[in-house]
Amino acid sequence: MRPTDLLKVLPQGLYCPPADVFIDPVRPVERALITHGHSDHARAGHGAVLATPETLAIMGVRYGANFAGSTQAVRYGESVTIGDTKFSFAPAGHVLGSAQILVEAGPLRIVVSGDYKRAPDPTCAPFQVVPCDVFVTEATFGLPVFRHPPLGDEVQKLLRSLQQFPEQTHLIGAYALGKAQRLMALIREAGYEKPIYIHGALETLTRLYQAHGVDLGDIRKISAEDGTLAGEIVICPPSAIQDRWTRRFADPITAFASGWMRIRARARQRGVELPLVVSDHADWEDLCRTIRETGAGEIWVTHGAEDALVHWCHVQGLRAQPLHMVGYGDEGEAEPALPHDSQQASGAA
Amino acid sequence: MNRFATLIDRLAYEPRRNAKVILLRDYFATTPDPERGYALAALTGALSFKHAKPALIRTLVSERTDPVLFGLSYDFVGDLSETAALIWPVAARPQDEIPEQPSLSTVVETLASLSKTELPHRLAAWLDALDETGRWALLKLITGGLRIGVSARLAKTAIAALGPHAPDAIEDVWHGVTPPYRELFAWAEGHGPRPEHSDPAPFRPVMLAHTIEEDDFDTLDAKDFIAEWKWDGIRVQAASARDEDGRVVTRLYSRTGEDISNAFPDLADALSGIDAAIDGELLIIRDGVVQDFNTLQKRLNRTAVNAKMLAELPAAIRAYDVLFADGRDWREEPFVERRARLKRLIREHGSERLDLSPVVPFDDWDGLRAARRDPAALGADAKAIEGVMLKRANSTYLPGRPKGYWYKWKRDPFTVDAVLMYAQRGHGKRSSFYSDYTFGVWRAGPHGDELVPVGKAYFGFTDAELRQIDAFVRRNTTNRFGPVREVTHTADEGLVFEVAFEGLSRSTRHKSGLAMRFPRIARLRWDKPPREADRIETLETLADGAAMRLAAPSEPDERTS
Repeated sequence: MRPTDLLKVLPQGLYCPPADVFIDPVRPVERALITHGHSDHARAGHGAVLATPETLAIMGVRYGANFAGSTQAVRYGESVTIGDTKFSFAPAGHVLGSAQILVEAGPLRIVVSGDYKRAPDPTCAPFQVVPCDVFVTEATFGLPVFRHPPLGDEVQKLLRSLQQFPEQTHLIGAYALGKAQRLMALIREAGYEKPIYIHGALETLTRLYQAHGVDLGDIRKISAEDGTLAGEIVICPPSAIQDRWTRRFADPITAFASGWMRIRARARQRGVELPLVVSDHADWEDLCRTIRETGAGEIWVTHGAEDALVHWCHVQGLRAQPLHMVGYGDEGEAEPALPHDSQQASGAA
Repeated sequence: MNRFATLIDRLAYEPRRNAKVILLRDYFATTPDPERGYALAALTGALSFKHAKPALIRTLVSERTDPVLFGLSYDFVGDLSETAALIWPVAARPQDEIPEQPSLSTVVETLASLSKTELPHRLAAWLDALDETGRWALLKLITGGLRIGVSARLAKTAIAALGPHAPDAIEDVWHGVTPPYRELFAWAEGHGPRPEHSDPAPFRPVMLAHTIEEDDFDTLDAKDFIAEWKWDGIRVQAASARDEDGRVVTRLYSRTGEDISNAFPDLADALSGIDAAIDGELLIIRDGVVQDFNTLQKRLNRTAVNAKMLAELPAAIRAYDVLFADGRDWREEPFVERRARLKRLIREHGSERLDLSPVVPFDDWDGLRAARRDPAALGADAKAIEGVMLKRANSTYLPGRPKGYWYKWKRDPFTVDAVLMYAQRGHGKRSSFYSDYTFGVWRAGPHGDELVPVGKAYFGFTDAELRQIDAFVRRNTTNRFGPVREVTHTADEGLVFEVAFEGLSRSTRHKSGLAMRFPRIARLRWDKPPREADRIETLETLADGAAMRLAAPSEPDERTS
């Protein structure tokens, strides 16, 4: 069997013909395997969904209990066989419950890694290398300029700013699923013990993490009685930073936790004053390292900066191709680029 | 280097002036000599490294990276130093072999004596040792690209915050001290003597004026004041004196104390003999006629000036005041005395490059109002005048902006009705408000009339008006580009601003071909449909020299800023 007989790209997403299932389909399908709970990978409205228990729980709180016709939980290390095809789930280290899916047919092994990272994350199980013939990888940060800095340094940047500007609220934009909770855990690891305040939109997912045994310390949803929260840490979804909601705070310093903050122009475009380079995706070095460690001879790149990664694979003597998949990168760390003329528009004088 | 790198990394994102001062003060307070002194020098532009060119960085990086990957990365990042800093390959080393990171002092002191041939090797070794932020700071520093929004004045304010002295006191000694400024820091922290001027022609902090308000005229007596034209050039201070060896030292300073002598070599002769410090306006005077600000602008912000420019745009100083002469400080003398001394100085040393700012005769406020309205009637070059200055005859020369002594009374601004097209979020306190506005006027397009952006303004409105505009922007967004929102702007729907501005010039850098000077929102015209906003032709006429009012000011009072 050729790899493309086992997995191919259809408009709905990655499709496995022998088992008649999709992985992370972007449109409603009969049967779906889901790698993780970010909304661009985990959508509502499928017939049957197979995912880790954590991912199913995340989909449940986001879309309501009836987000799919039926669900089946598969734990890390467990497998499900459909016809002659075997699907096994291994941790991807991206967010709580995130999994790589190993697709096996006879001797052929393809790993669909979903989104993943290798950097430490106290809120989810660490990435596990799964040897395979074909490795399907993301390339969100697939350029060699992306080398995520040590996490401790980034958290210190925040804590130092709190000391220097104790009269100001430190407002941090972070994606609601994964990044926000990881940031809380990292701040706790650095020894910060005061309450961390959160925007209402983060509450259910944060409580879900805590219910899964992730220790985040004293996390409080902001209430009307909290005042201006001068000198406190407030975490909110990125979109809330520019919201009128922020007017309650004491001259807020706006921070944003994202791998994109590595690029100064990106941070400036967003008006960020305290960029925190914290990413839930593999950086360039980890993409390359992971490809090597899987031992795969063929690499398929789903989304992100695929040109550079495909080029690198070719130089290493690996077969590689971009899958040109659309629909990924809507949540998590991908963000729409600024169209060219907005710069002109804003810089007209 | 890394502490310095962390500092400038943070400063580069910080929009708040006070926060910048705190960041700098904390850095200076916790960093030893000479490191902090070199940092101060780097921030105030007192360092230059002649051999480090972008081409060298490009070469070093291309020797170490795949050209395709570098190309894709550079496209994405858009800045050479930053791309190089991020992509620089770091070899995995055992813990005990990690090279020592260079301090800023090491970098500065080494580069001062390093030959051009030794530079590539040394630079590469430093880049190997530093982290991403350190590499970025090093590359920005040595290529002179350290633009992080810290003015010399701001740095001095931060130094003042270290101890008991006021920023102006720092200013007073500034031009006598050199990197790494050990004696300056020692004095600023209160444990060293005041650095003595070794500079015979130092900068002296400038006295500034308040904008006059309409009610001020009720309380001020016209007889106490002397009026002059407010010339539309750049405020400068010129100082010339002999050093210990008897050589003449001549310097030209901007009003913030930056030494701008090199940009105006044509003034050196006119100033070298004055043996005094004078305050004045730098102007372009061609055949006895003072040129407008747009003409002057062609000579500003240039590091090198060519002969053609010197011939076509001759610089001159119109003197307002004398601060030092006859070997003594004149700042304690009343303005009338200083003016008499200045007159004498110009009589002796005046030339077509150096003349006296004339007084505007008036008997009462109405008389001055008339003069201000029509400077040409009094024989002045009206295109280069932006109003009148009022100076209390008995005022001493006080640094900063003391109240009650000097007033500026600007001419009425030009105004235009323009349509809000795009809005961008502000910073700091305004980060939740759409507070930066791009506005446009009508022009004929291929499919009928269309709006073309002509300027951007982010002040002039009250807090209450800001809330109203913000609400309008949110309700009428038609498109989003990152922090920018496109706002409804059709013939019938949209928000019209009355925009006030000081002047217009032709510009190839703007889509409309026009650059607006000092635009601000004068009034919100909720009553006016966008179709009734102004057209580009009106603005073009103005830019081409017709010094006319586009519209009568909407209210009789002043709209100065």
